Amino acid sequence: MSETAARGALADPAERKKLMSGVGAEPGSSKPDSILQVNTIVRQFGGMTAVDVHHLEVQRGIITALIGPNGAGKTTFFNLITGFDRPTSAGSGAAWSFDGRKLDKTSASSVAKSGMVRTFQLTKALNRMTVMENMMLGAQNQAGESLAKSIFRPTWTSQEKQIEAKAEELLDRFKLLEKRSDYAGSLSGGQRKLLEMARALMSDPKMIMLDEPMAGVNPALTQSLLGHIQSLRDEGMTVLFVEHDMHVVRHISDWVVVMAEGRIVAEGSADTVMSNPAVIDAYLGAHHDTDLGDDALLSDATLEQLEKEVAEEEAEREEEDKA
Amino acid sequence: MSRTSVVDRGVVTRSVALVVLFLLVAPLLLLLSSRAAHALTLCAPKADETACIAGTMGSRENPIADVDVILTKPDGSTETVTTEDDGKFSFEVTEPGNYLVGVDPDTLPKGSELRPPAEAALRGPDGALKVDNVQLGRSYAATLTVRDASFDDSTSKWDEFLQSSVNGLRLGLLLALASVGLSLIYGTTGISNFAHAEQVTLGGMVGYGLVNVAGINLYLGGLMVVIICGFSGWLQDRILWQPLRRRGLGLTQLMIVTIGLSLALQYTFQYVVGARTVRVVVENPTVRDFGSVRITNQSLAAMGIAIVVLAAVGYALLRTRIGRATRAVSDNPALAQASGIDTDKVIRLVWTVSMALAGLSGILYALVTNGIKWDTGLQILLLLFAAVTLGGLGTAFGALVGSLVIGLVVELSPLWIPGDFKYAAALLILILLLLVRPQGLLGRAQRVG
Amino acid sequence: MDDIQQIINAMMREVVSPQTAAVAIAVIGLNIHFGYTGLLNIGQSAFMLLGAYGFAIAITKDVPMFFAIIIGLLMAFVFALVLGVPTLKLRGDYLAIVTISAAEIVRYVGRSVGYEGLFNLTGGAQGIPGSRYRGPFTSLSPFGDGNTTILEFNYTDVADGATWVRLVGWIVVIALIVAAVKIGRGTLGSLTGGARAGALAGLIAVITLGIFFLAPVPQQNTGVEGWWFTVVTWLLVGVCLIVVTLLIRSPWGRALRGVREDEDAMRSLGKNVFAIKMQALVIGGLFGALGGMMYVLPATVQPDSLGRSITFFCYTALLLGGAATIWGPVLGSLIFFGGRVFIIAASNTYLSSDKYINLMSGQKTSQFAFIVVGVALMLLVIFRPQGILGDKRELRFNV
Repeated sequence: MSETAARGALADPAERKKLMSGVGAEPGSSKPDSILQVNTIVRQFGGMTAVDVHHLEVQRGIITALIGPNGAGKTTFFNLITGFDRPTSAGSGAAWSFDGRKLDKTSASSVAKSGMVRTFQLTKALNRMTVMENMMLGAQNQAGESLAKSIFRPTWTSQEKQIEAKAEELLDRFKLLEKRSDYAGSLSGGQRKLLEMARALMSDPKMIMLDEPMAGVNPALTQSLLGHIQSLRDEGMTVLFVEHDMHVVRHISDWVVVMAEGRIVAEGSADTVMSNPAVIDAYLGAHHDTDLGDDALLSDATLEQLEKEVAEEEAEREEEDKA
Repeated sequence: MSRTSVVDRGVVTRSVALVVLFLLVAPLLLLLSSRAAHALTLCAPKADETACIAGTMGSRENPIADVDVILTKPDGSTETVTTEDDGKFSFEVTEPGNYLVGVDPDTLPKGSELRPPAEAALRGPDGALKVDNVQLGRSYAATLTVRDASFDDSTSKWDEFLQSSVNGLRLGLLLALASVGLSLIYGTTGISNFAHAEQVTLGGMVGYGLVNVAGINLYLGGLMVVIICGFSGWLQDRILWQPLRRRGLGLTQLMIVTIGLSLALQYTFQYVVGARTVRVVVENPTVRDFGSVRITNQSLAAMGIAIVVLAAVGYALLRTRIGRATRAVSDNPALAQASGIDTDKVIRLVWTVSMALAGLSGILYALVTNGIKWDTGLQILLLLFAAVTLGGLGTAFGALVGSLVIGLVVELSPLWIPGDFKYAAALLILILLLLVRPQGLLGRAQRVG
Repeated sequence: MDDIQQIINAMMREVVSPQTAAVAIAVIGLNIHFGYTGLLNIGQSAFMLLGAYGFAIAITKDVPMFFAIIIGLLMAFVFALVLGVPTLKLRGDYLAIVTISAAEIVRYVGRSVGYEGLFNLTGGAQGIPGSRYRGPFTSLSPFGDGNTTILEFNYTDVADGATWVRLVGWIVVIALIVAAVKIGRGTLGSLTGGARAGALAGLIAVITLGIFFLAPVPQQNTGVEGWWFTVVTWLLVGVCLIVVTLLIRSPWGRALRGVREDEDAMRSLGKNVFAIKMQALVIGGLFGALGGMMYVLPATVQPDSLGRSITFFCYTALLLGGAATIWGPVLGSLIFFGGRVFIIAASNTYLSSDKYINLMSGQKTSQFAFIVVGVALMLLVIFRPQGILGDKRELRFNV
């Protein structure tokens, strides 16, 4: 995508706000123009249910954030919908619909081929290959990758030149062009993140899914990455990302989906979701507004009270389990 | 000294004297009782002129005389010779080529028939024996067996099944001794040790050196073998594996190192001991019969030792602290280290004990199969890997179960398919299992793909 | 000096031998498996053996040679599929165990006597004697009978083969080799592109002539130990090199290396990783089968001669020359086989005779050579995994 690409209609923040204001702020709400719909995604490990999502729709052309406390199942859910893990409900209800079409094959490579590409939390740059080779691998439908055609140069050299030109453009945009002949393993961590993002764009995806893009990145580079993500959105790309950092989320996301204990507990704009009590409880626990520095709390009476509350909660949970 | 012990001593001394006398006299008696060898003019081959095809009908105790043995020459003509009183016959031939040796069934004792050769390649028409590629100047032995016409060649399938099962258990136990170590090494370090079978051979070779060559008592020698092999494991980790781990060598590189080590060890064995099969104990073992199952004393002892040692290893892994630590490291090295377990110490222990077990397996194997050779490892290695993979890479108990299964498959398969496919059968089972359940019988699914 | 000349002559005969070339072809196949795709195939000998059986048995059944070759290749193709389908979705160690087991199974089946029909085809442990399938190949020879020495004009023609001639000659050749390696690495002079390729080609030609000048090889023209076999097999090596270069310097070759690096990353880019690995397994196996056919042409199809040792030799040659390079397999094979003969011949001359030390008997020298090979493999992998031509950055293996 060149810098002069047409800016999508949703490049204007006001337009986006208008669009999303009409969407219901409850889990699994339907979106005006959803690019991805998933149904009945369940993943169990032994006796434990890690993910149990009934329905989720992702709106086209905006940035959606997937947040939640540790252990909420965000990464597992992410892996499930990108094909890197198989839901336990596969064959009994799990369904994907992307860009209006039902997805039958949901292996990782099929998902990528259909237009959804992802990045990884621990970057998977192909370390022992050069930056340019990394980029060239990103392009899809390469004639030269077929075994039969590879021996006959004329069948793929012109396509190869086109791919190279596109790679150079993208590298330039992400300020990596002068590193094109260096081995990817010799880049810094932040540069590798940019490389992964640039590589993902080589196939002109419709939706890009980022797994904790800011993990392990210094503040300066965070700004740069945020800028890149926003300009992708402005050009019409749909972005879904998993994040921990609430500041990042509040700063750029147009829609937020909150997960806890494997389920989606809330959806909405960033502000709505922040003040949702269910969300706050999920993150901080029920006594979040208690000042633990207050010595008065350490009286016997308070301790007894807390013990009673804990016992009550446990009794409740046992009853729930029995039910 | 009480009266009873004096009497006992007298009884004992006299019994011993009788036994010694008997042992001295018995060989003489045997010598006298054997029939004098008949002075038959056996043919002697002359270089470039004649060759000999000769044999004996029946056995030394029961020779079969007066049977007409028919030789079919390359040009189709036949020559007939009658067996002597001692059952011997011989033909002198002047042309090189392919010959057939058969009998005239009418001249066989009543109720007997000629048994066709067991090997398919040697079977000629009408059950005759093929003697191919006869060259002048050499002698060829023609072994013809005669049996009761009512003889049921398939000794009841059930009896064969029992015998093979016992043999299979025996093989499985010996494999288990070695494969438990292999599995633990894999679990704790990630290395697929292609030199493990050579460690087993080492046990047999050291046993040969100590017991056969140096004449040390078998039990003491066995113990020394275990100690020496355990030391070799300790040494290996100290000078090779630990430094390489510290260097950060990848698993593929380590695997190739074990391949090189395996090659070097095999040829060192051949260099030092020679290419022949060597035995730890030279005397023939005493055989016992339990119903229809025949087993040597040595096999029984070996199985017993194996069971005891395996039980001890199992107990150690389950109940002792170091055993639990080993299982923890084998399960998840990083996590174990983070929990404060000294993984280097555990790994050193694993190498030492694994090699000691492999050495024990080796000397027992040499005793039970009556010999060990420089390339015995070649056959065993694949069985070990099959056992470990079958049971689940990285689990010690899986290795035990897998070994027993592989041992049984190897010994039972000749009941249904030709004997030279028995190792191939075990390996095929492995490949098929990987299709269905790659983590093995006791392994966990996450380790796999 | 004459002892040394004997050793050098023995080395040259081995290096030039068609069996060295045949193994080089198999190593080219192994390079595709292990060097470029990271597949741990420890059963390359099985591909070689199956190709050899297919070819030889077909010819003994009077199938024309061209189709016999196809049959051999077809057997390797099917074998690759049978191996790949269960294991390519699993971790690397599983492929290692399955390939080594499958190689043993092929060997056992070849040796077996249990089924008569099978035994008649394969000849059991004795195998199929070369005379039964060599005919169609030797009859194609345009060289006729007689002997030729390469080079006819050699050191014996200069000053009666005096020692100083040979010494000077070797110094010159070694200097040229060092220069060629340096130019190849780019550390000598500043030639690029066509000029560099030309200089290298010229240097290699002169070096080859020089070596043959100093160590002439007399052989029959046609016949088991003949130039016909040698020329054809080495020409085949050249053809294989061209094919491999085309394959590797293409997007397919790039995909292979990507799979070697990180399969998950490749999946996230939409590549069908299983298909890529399977294709690599098949192509490498086809090269192996071709190598096997050429290996048995001057010899016999014996299952034990194409057993595990050959696989280990292939790995040593590959790592020695440099995995994941085009020329590595050929260079590695030349050095490996030459080196092995050197060890055997040197031990025979110096360690096994009354003239110097009598440390080991004649038989023991070849065992000693094997021990050296095993230790060399270990040292190579520990200290210089990239071999001679490999790129150190590219070859720090990790699973």
